[in-house]
Amino acid sequence: MNVIILLLIASISVAGLFLLAFIWSVKTGQYKDEVSPAIRILFDDIPSIRKKPKSKDETDTHIVKKNV
Amino acid sequence: MAKTTTSLTAVQCFHCGEDCNKDRISAYEKNFCCSGCKMVFEILDKSNLCDYYSISKTPGTQQKNTIREGKFSFLDDKKIAASLTQFQNENRTHINFYLPQIHCSSCLWLLENLHRLDNAIISSKVNFERKEVDIVFSHHQTSLRKIAELLSGIGYEPYLSFNDMGKQMPKVNASKIYKLGIAGFCFANIMLMSFPEYFGIDTKEYSLLTTFRFANLALSLPVFFYSATEFYVSAWKSIKHRFLNIDAPIVLAIWVTFGRSIYEVLSGTGGGYFDSMSGIVFFMLVGRVLQDTTYRQLSFERDYTSYFPIAVTRVFEQKYESILLSEIKLDDTLLIHHEELIPSDGILTRGKALIDYSFVTGETAPVEKEMGEIVYAGGKQLGSNIELLVIKEVAQSYLTKLWNKENDKSEKNETYSFVHLLSRYFTWIVFGIAFMAAAYWYVHDISKVWNVITSILIIACPCALFLSNTFTNGNILRRLSRNHLYLRNAEVIERMASIDCIVFDKTGTLTTGRFQQIVYEGEPLSVEQKNKLSVLASQSVHPLSKAIVSWTGIQERAKISSYKEVAGYGIEGIVGSELISLGSYSFITKDKSKRREPSIVYVAIEEKIIGKFIFRNQYREQVPTMLSQLGLEYYHMAVLSGDNDGEKNYLQTLMGSHTTLLFNQDPIDKLKAIKKLQESGKKVMMIGDGLNDAGALTQADVGIAISETNHHFTPASDGILSAEELPKLYRFIQLCKANKKVVVTAFVISIFYNIIGLSFAVSGSLSPIVAAILMPSSSISIVLITFGLSNYCSNLYQLK
Repeated sequence: MNVIILLLIASISVAGLFLLAFIWSVKTGQYKDEVSPAIRILFDDIPSIRKKPKSKDETDTHIVKKNV
Repeated sequence: MAKTTTSLTAVQCFHCGEDCNKDRISAYEKNFCCSGCKMVFEILDKSNLCDYYSISKTPGTQQKNTIREGKFSFLDDKKIAASLTQFQNENRTHINFYLPQIHCSSCLWLLENLHRLDNAIISSKVNFERKEVDIVFSHHQTSLRKIAELLSGIGYEPYLSFNDMGKQMPKVNASKIYKLGIAGFCFANIMLMSFPEYFGIDTKEYSLLTTFRFANLALSLPVFFYSATEFYVSAWKSIKHRFLNIDAPIVLAIWVTFGRSIYEVLSGTGGGYFDSMSGIVFFMLVGRVLQDTTYRQLSFERDYTSYFPIAVTRVFEQKYESILLSEIKLDDTLLIHHEELIPSDGILTRGKALIDYSFVTGETAPVEKEMGEIVYAGGKQLGSNIELLVIKEVAQSYLTKLWNKENDKSEKNETYSFVHLLSRYFTWIVFGIAFMAAAYWYVHDISKVWNVITSILIIACPCALFLSNTFTNGNILRRLSRNHLYLRNAEVIERMASIDCIVFDKTGTLTTGRFQQIVYEGEPLSVEQKNKLSVLASQSVHPLSKAIVSWTGIQERAKISSYKEVAGYGIEGIVGSELISLGSYSFITKDKSKRREPSIVYVAIEEKIIGKFIFRNQYREQVPTMLSQLGLEYYHMAVLSGDNDGEKNYLQTLMGSHTTLLFNQDPIDKLKAIKKLQESGKKVMMIGDGLNDAGALTQADVGIAISETNHHFTPASDGILSAEELPKLYRFIQLCKANKKVVVTAFVISIFYNIIGLSFAVSGSLSPIVAAILMPSSSISIVLITFGLSNYCSNLYQLK
């Protein structure tokens, strides 16, 4: 019987943690802007990593443009 | 990547993607449409920020309209700066700018890398949905003005209006979300802990059973005392207004359920209905949150303050200084630059004014004013700089007065949704059943009376009606917003379904607001003649002249002599030994008897009229089809235009002979016309865009403002509709009509559940398990039905 009560306490406190996490996420405004975080996460460190392939990309476009 | 560039005809600007075949600027092996775009590229290139161009294709906005130097000099003023900043300590300043140009991931990336352009910027964070950027900077190293100029320099000119003054961080009311979260948490846990009882716990384990019951009681407290307050408040308000809305019977049901459950637990007679109660509260909160979704980027309550600029230039002792709009005093001299708004009524003292009042009055053609004439606030100066002497302060000006007058008038008659009436009938029927059952049991078994009454009240809460209403409304609002019709709230849906008269504004609503169609009638023009016309017309900055130049398609320079311009009438000059004149009939023939035709320009060579240009408003695409469709559905239609009646015949054929067409209407006329229609028993929907429609929009049963872009200024209204979606109007109305049918259908289905539940309740045998099965299953099936039906309807009307 005691085991069940222990389990009960454990389950409610885990659920309570999630509730707190939810309240915290609302409080810190994570639902205020639902678009930018999804874009932002892809940007990290782009400049340093992408530098070389990017310039190659650009030259490609120039060639095409010159043909025009 | 190559796809976009290989098309043979179009050369795209590397920055903004505009077609720049005609006058392209080639630099750095790239093409630009204007020097503005090129300049932005140079700034970014210098700071190694060209990733901007690789994240999305041609992410910029066109920079053809260069920003006047010193435009942001008013930000140097300490008082103005202080009213805009949100927070400041010794080292840092926080500022929030509204940048309407934000539209793609490149924008986001660039604006969050501002610190690479200017070291003084500590951080910048974009809120994409609101199109705002929060910037933290060190005010020792830079200033607000420099930041605004930096943003403008890279193509993101901050939009600063009078309304921004002293703006506080908007507090979002998240309490409903907290209530929802807590109700969900408690509901799920109560459900979990009710299982042992439902599945028949061994009676020997009595102490365990009591533990579960008390745990449930404890968990239901936050639901009852916190989450459900949402309904208490609205029920209390309705009782104070002597109107029983749907929340009142719901609150009664919640209280009865809670009271009976507590009694059962404390007396040890049962487990109570805590799970049903918290479940009801949870589902209803979900419905309410869905229904109340707000559109963060839109504002339905704008007033003139967000239309006006924040500061103007005052000429004071030969010097120019920026002052706040509220500081404008009588007899000040103001300098109004090209493309700037006139903030207060005044007398023109220098320069020639060419003012675009289309937004304020609905006139398409700009108005010319000479020195000494009175200029009214609200227009936009199109010509070069002018100076004016203030004769009325901002708060007293014509425009502001108009606004206040319109908003003074009595509020719209409050209409109550049919849902409340339905819930009342429902409640009375339930009370009747409860009374009869109680009487029956009073005779047969007196101990069961309370049991039966409370059971009936628990079962019979009109929460199914509530759920079907909120979920359907929420879903229909969502579907409408996908089609770029944003309604202020769910009430508007019902009002929109009931309208039988649609009133349109012309300029900016049915038409695009500019003269775009030019028709030439008369003797055919030779290439040489066209050439001469173009030379003459290019001398004037008047929009009609400009339109004629682009009509000829020739841009050649030739000598012109004895050039003369009579403001508001016409121009003439000698080109290649021939006297060419363009202008009104009376200007050319000197015959004053003929009345003015504002949208016709006559062409004369050597004072002999050879033809005329007719300027037509450009009607929005598919609008004519929509009008005839609405006409077929027997909607009464009317057009109220502030413009002249040059289009009358065309409109009449378009909309049918029974349509009322009124021209030269000022804002008050429009308001009165709407009132008159309402007095004759019509439910009126007004569709307009400008300030001149503001009064009519608020007066009408449903006022929809048309907007070219999301950040475009729209007057206060019940809904905002994107201009290109106007042709869907008919289908929008149909969908709103379907709303009621869906709600009623779902409600009728829910009555079956109620009948099952009531049969248990009346017989005095409503066990918690029956309640626990009935409640969620009815709620969930209603949610599914409403979603399915409303989606089916919007697909039926071919809406996105």
